[in-house]
Amino acid sequence: MIALEDVTIAYGTGPRAVAAVQDFTLAVPEGEAVGLVGESGSGKSTVLRAVAGLIPHAKGEITLAGVRVDRRRTTAQRKMSQMVFQDPYGSLHPNQTVDQILALPVAIHRLDRGEARIVQALGEVGLGREHRYRYPHQLSGGQRQRVAIARALILEPRILLLDEPTSALDVSVQAEILNLLARLRREYGLTLLMVSHDLAVIAHLCERIGVMTGGRLVEITSATAMANNQVTHDYTRELLRSNAGFDRSSVGGGEPIKASQD
Amino acid sequence: MPLIPESGRAWLLDPTPASRMQARCGRWFRAWLGFRRNGLAMTGLGIVLLLVLMAVFAPLIADRQATTLQDLGNRLQPVSWHHLFGTDELGRDIFARVVFGSRITLTIVAMVAVIVVPVGLAIGLPAGYFGGIVDKVLMRITDIFLSFPRLVLALAFAAALGPGIENAVIAIALTAWPPYARLARAETLTSRRAEFIQAAELQGASALRIIATQIVPICLPSVIIRLTLDMAGIILTAAGLGFLGLGAQPPAPEWGAMVSSGRQVLLDQWWVATIPGLAIFIVSLGFNLLGDGLRDAGDARS
Amino acid sequence: MTDPLLTVRNLSVTYPGDDGDVRAVRNVSFTLGRERLGIVGESGSGKSTTGRAIMGLVGHPGRITADELRLGDTDLRGLSERGFRQLRGKRIAMVLQDPKYSLDPVMSVGQQIAETHRTHLRSNQRDAKRAALEMLEAVHIRDPERVYAMYPHQVSGGMGQRVMIAMMLIAGPDILIADEPTSALDVTVQTQVLAIMDELVRRRGMGLLLVSHNLHLVSSFCDRVLVMYAGQVLETCEAGKLSEATHPYTRGLLAALPRLGDRRAELPQLQRDPAWMADLA
Repeated sequence: MIALEDVTIAYGTGPRAVAAVQDFTLAVPEGEAVGLVGESGSGKSTVLRAVAGLIPHAKGEITLAGVRVDRRRTTAQRKMSQMVFQDPYGSLHPNQTVDQILALPVAIHRLDRGEARIVQALGEVGLGREHRYRYPHQLSGGQRQRVAIARALILEPRILLLDEPTSALDVSVQAEILNLLARLRREYGLTLLMVSHDLAVIAHLCERIGVMTGGRLVEITSATAMANNQVTHDYTRELLRSNAGFDRSSVGGGEPIKASQD
Repeated sequence: MPLIPESGRAWLLDPTPASRMQARCGRWFRAWLGFRRNGLAMTGLGIVLLLVLMAVFAPLIADRQATTLQDLGNRLQPVSWHHLFGTDELGRDIFARVVFGSRITLTIVAMVAVIVVPVGLAIGLPAGYFGGIVDKVLMRITDIFLSFPRLVLALAFAAALGPGIENAVIAIALTAWPPYARLARAETLTSRRAEFIQAAELQGASALRIIATQIVPICLPSVIIRLTLDMAGIILTAAGLGFLGLGAQPPAPEWGAMVSSGRQVLLDQWWVATIPGLAIFIVSLGFNLLGDGLRDAGDARS
Repeated sequence: MTDPLLTVRNLSVTYPGDDGDVRAVRNVSFTLGRERLGIVGESGSGKSTTGRAIMGLVGHPGRITADELRLGDTDLRGLSERGFRQLRGKRIAMVLQDPKYSLDPVMSVGQQIAETHRTHLRSNQRDAKRAALEMLEAVHIRDPERVYAMYPHQVSGGMGQRVMIAMMLIAGPDILIADEPTSALDVTVQTQVLAIMDELVRRRGMGLLLVSHNLHLVSSFCDRVLVMYAGQVLETCEAGKLSEATHPYTRGLLAALPRLGDRRAELPQLQRDPAWMADLA
């Protein structure tokens, strides 16, 4: 469903171009959920943006449902993949009601039964009629993220791209959103590509996990293998250790700590 | 004595509106509740409303004939019951002229606004949204207009096109739009990277649709605030052109021209120049206070 | 833990709102000794406000009331802004989430640390610089001379947070309040920063108040944990035994966390009980 072959993504052009992602290859079959973990600057969000069609890629091929795509896409190609962003505050227009936000995709794609679709999309994400005419600032963070999910679903995409969809939310709200995403995925047979710095969140939703650092995919393994510590790359081990919480024994007492690349 | 009955208030402040209309009205009403607490801003609003009412109901307030009726026997009369603000050097009633002059001022203000805002947006929005070569070309054009001294350029235009109120408006508008283009560009640049713009892009919205439905609502408030604050300057420029004889032509009761005609007799018959001058001052102040209040209200919301 | 460094009894912070007062913090009581005390809670639980109230940073129109709010032998209640300024940095210090906003962008980071030293210890320029360099070394910055001359925009998030810790600890305060000190950092850097903080706080015998939303982090790093909800402390427990917490809210939060190696089809969602609000109201 999603296939990336030797994809290199660079910022800037000419001699000053900086490669954010290099020789990235990944295939996600239909219905599968794959997560990418890594730190900021590892290139994980860049990959997601290129798949979404927000930024161009310099080399390689991106294929969605068998069709080669680029930054410029047809309306039909746009409809196929939708994205949920990290920040539920920044991803909704501050001056528009939920109704207006959901009406925009309906208008762009000239969908029929617009009214019914909006009501249905709100219902799918667990929001009621009373939320329909509110402005984003009148909603909680979790409700806003639900609106963002409804906006993505109203186009009936086959691919859902998730960029840290719960990292701005509280633990209890995160659980609600993760449950919602898991249910929607089941019901619609969605193919998911998700990015997060939180290993546990990724492992909860995805079957396979790719580990990125320095713009490269260093390891790809199953969530089960990850949980059983069956990993090969050093960086993945470090991630797993950090994920387990603070461990006094893991950092040497008074010894200077290796200065990181800062 | 509440202006809005309790049920209407509840409808406006309903946290769960039932229609787009109700949501929008509620939003405006909340903004109004915040604005209302600002005394200075309310004063400004009062002055501007007064100006509008005076212009609309001018024939009821003063006698239209009196604005142009020359009565040389009664020239330069001081303030009295018969001539509230006295008479000018041709014996015309200054009160009537000030009242009808508000129509000219308001016309200039409205026409400049109608020209400046669309032109500024039309230049600034694409420049900010597309960037690159589009931005470079549009902004260099803007820079060229910005680098002319405003009053001198307006003077040159008015002189070239011939004196008159329409030409004065065109002259002012031509020199007033560049700051709006820059403002619109800056606002577009900041929201260009916002995720809601990217979301619209991902949904397949065209550039035109994104600019019209997503970016314009973000830019418009600051443009309107800027316009309100600029109104004082526009009124003063118009008065300046009138004063120099390049604006509205006699016998039209334009405030700037009235100040000009009163300057020879400023020491002995102070009211001839002072009263229209005061009118200019008060209206400019009103727009400034209103603009400041709108800006504060906008800041509070964000 | 004989004499607590900080004693808080029935602390409340109230903000006037459109529909009556909003009590952001309600009757919070705890003591802090030479230990690491964690405060966990979700956004709006009042955990940050508690920290700010102790620092005297609750601005107008917020109102602080307390039966007791004592730093060692100093009563913090009704202390003037000037009084707080003398305390801050010298006896009580705070590290915030993002060092970018806490550092002066036009002054080199070293100068900022030295300045803190000079202000609080009235030292001369040379001593202050030496102390600053020592402090940078203490937070495990490899090349202190080079970093001393760097400006905030030139340092990474992890290093910026180390610089903040150096600046906060240089005057030798008794208490460090760290409000989400590592939330803006990558996970692997988080561990380093926490280790540095841990080491310094222990070596100097300070008290640390760690405010965080991250249950894992607090339970693995701290000695004791306060769980806050809606402005109140619902539960206090030993950090290592957080998993045995008794309050349904704490248990609900723990259950709602996705865990590696425990794939559940559905995460149990937290059911909020209105009774929790009434507990201490």
